[in-house]
Amino acid sequence: MIFLAAQVLPGDVARRILGPFADQASVDALSKQLGTDRSLIAQYWDWISHFVTGDLGETVRNRPVGDVLGGALVASGKLALLSFIIVVPLAIVGGVIAAMSEGSFRDRLISVGGLSATAIPEFVWAVIFILVFSLGLGLFPTTAQFPDGAGVFTQIKYLLLPALCLVCVLFGYIARMARAGTIEALEADYTRTAVLKGLPQRTVIRRHVLRNSLLPTIAVVATQAGYLIGGLVIIELIFNYQGIGLALARAATQKDIPVLQSGILIIGIVYLIATLIADILYSVLNPRVRLEAAE
Amino acid sequence: MSVPGQPAAAGASDIGTASPAAIGARSDDAKVATKERLALLKRSKSFLAGAIIVGFWILCAILGSLVVQDPLASDPINDLIAPSADHWLGTDKLGRDVFARVITGARDILIVAPLAVILATVVGTALGLVTGYFRGGIDDVLSRIIEAFLALPTIIMGLLVAVALGPSRTTLILTIGILFAPIISRTVRAAVLTERELEYVAAARLRNERTPYVLFREILPNVMGPIIVEFTVRLGYAIFVAAGLSFLGFGIPPPAPDWGLQVAEHYGVISGGFWWPVLFPSLAIATLVVGVNLIADGVASAFER
Repeated sequence: MIFLAAQVLPGDVARRILGPFADQASVDALSKQLGTDRSLIAQYWDWISHFVTGDLGETVRNRPVGDVLGGALVASGKLALLSFIIVVPLAIVGGVIAAMSEGSFRDRLISVGGLSATAIPEFVWAVIFILVFSLGLGLFPTTAQFPDGAGVFTQIKYLLLPALCLVCVLFGYIARMARAGTIEALEADYTRTAVLKGLPQRTVIRRHVLRNSLLPTIAVVATQAGYLIGGLVIIELIFNYQGIGLALARAATQKDIPVLQSGILIIGIVYLIATLIADILYSVLNPRVRLEAAE
Repeated sequence: MSVPGQPAAAGASDIGTASPAAIGARSDDAKVATKERLALLKRSKSFLAGAIIVGFWILCAILGSLVVQDPLASDPINDLIAPSADHWLGTDKLGRDVFARVITGARDILIVAPLAVILATVVGTALGLVTGYFRGGIDDVLSRIIEAFLALPTIIMGLLVAVALGPSRTTLILTIGILFAPIISRTVRAAVLTERELEYVAAARLRNERTPYVLFREILPNVMGPIIVEFTVRLGYAIFVAAGLSFLGFGIPPPAPDWGLQVAEHYGVISGGFWWPVLFPSLAIATLVVGVNLIADGVASAFER
């Protein structure tokens, strides 16, 4: 499907490279060389069989796609990881606090505030953060591209603002799921039993409520991985960070089809892996699923 | 799916479970229910706040061009002037008045987003009705296709489609419409699955009503609640995605005074201290999205009980 979608992109690849003034003969020659004159099915088979063996082909500018995307994937991974490390604990704590005081002002603030933050496009957050923290307070650089060979802390310093933008967009969903899960767990029979047993509130929350409220949260965190990749395109562009999102945006504007296809396929695979990990985590944390599997 | 966070699964509508013998009575019931919902809406604070914000932008979209300066008139000598009495929000790098561009910029997004969501709702509702009602083979095939669509982030898909068809207002509407249709169809399908088991559907079938009649005249009115909620929620996302695609340069082409585009054209000059051509369109998007979401919040609480 990715392949077909990318092929629909208009514009002859060869024509694109040589420019509008090249004569038709040389365009045809280059088409042959690139293999773009063959049937779609032949091209597809060629591409998918090479992809499986790790050979992603060359970009239209004759650089190996694997090199271009490999580095970008690592870079994006760093940014995504930092965002998740910040947002997951924050959102869970926020969601649990909101649930504990359901209906109160604090709850409304976290729920409505979180959802509003989520609804605002990430580049709007980027603009606001750059204005306040980079230009206003001078705390962070306006670009995310750290110098080569920078240490971990320098890298984090450069990546913090872009990560914060993603945090803003992700916070609302995760907090909402954590809140819903916690409310459900608070009303459950086992929680009432635990309270009636006379356990201190802290223990009830930690042992009985939290564990159950986290389950749906994990599921939503996995689906956010898909969103995150889309968000990365925009964030990486505005912070000029050489990640996979920027690579894709560039490839799309330059009609660099090999990069586009492989990049999107990689994204699909990353998304699948994220869903798989979530499934595994879910079963590890949920005794019901775990015991069923053991029987 | 790039904008996840499905709204709560649509519950069965509370009206319309009456027997077909009481069709007349049922439409009266429906009217009362609609009235009650509207009353609930009017009492909802978040709905009112959202309506005021969105209403302001709708006004700007309709009347804005009469009030402000020409948003396209460039004046290269006076580029990047800070906000002043002449230019309330300053000028951008082509010397265009930022205030005029922000006010008139409401028009594009308020044409694109609602049209896209109407398209998505119509297609998604039809798909949801069919998949939910027939189940079986048709459902399996359509559901697999829908899942394939949902597997990729919306922005990425939008980027592909927009590049394939070339950026324009129509492309943007079609892209968002097509991308959101599967999401809406899932909600509708869930609602139809519970509706189809109810007696009035069986009764309609026993009366030998044709399938389209059962689908659109019997079931559809009873799943309108979830559909309306879904519509308002998706409207917020549509603005989000449209702004994102515009920002990436795959939305409305320049020199239109589109907000996302304005940010894209000027975020490069932020570090030079020229914040006004970026901040004001950003704030415009933010207020519009929050306004739409407040409306969605109010609609959801009025219709989902």
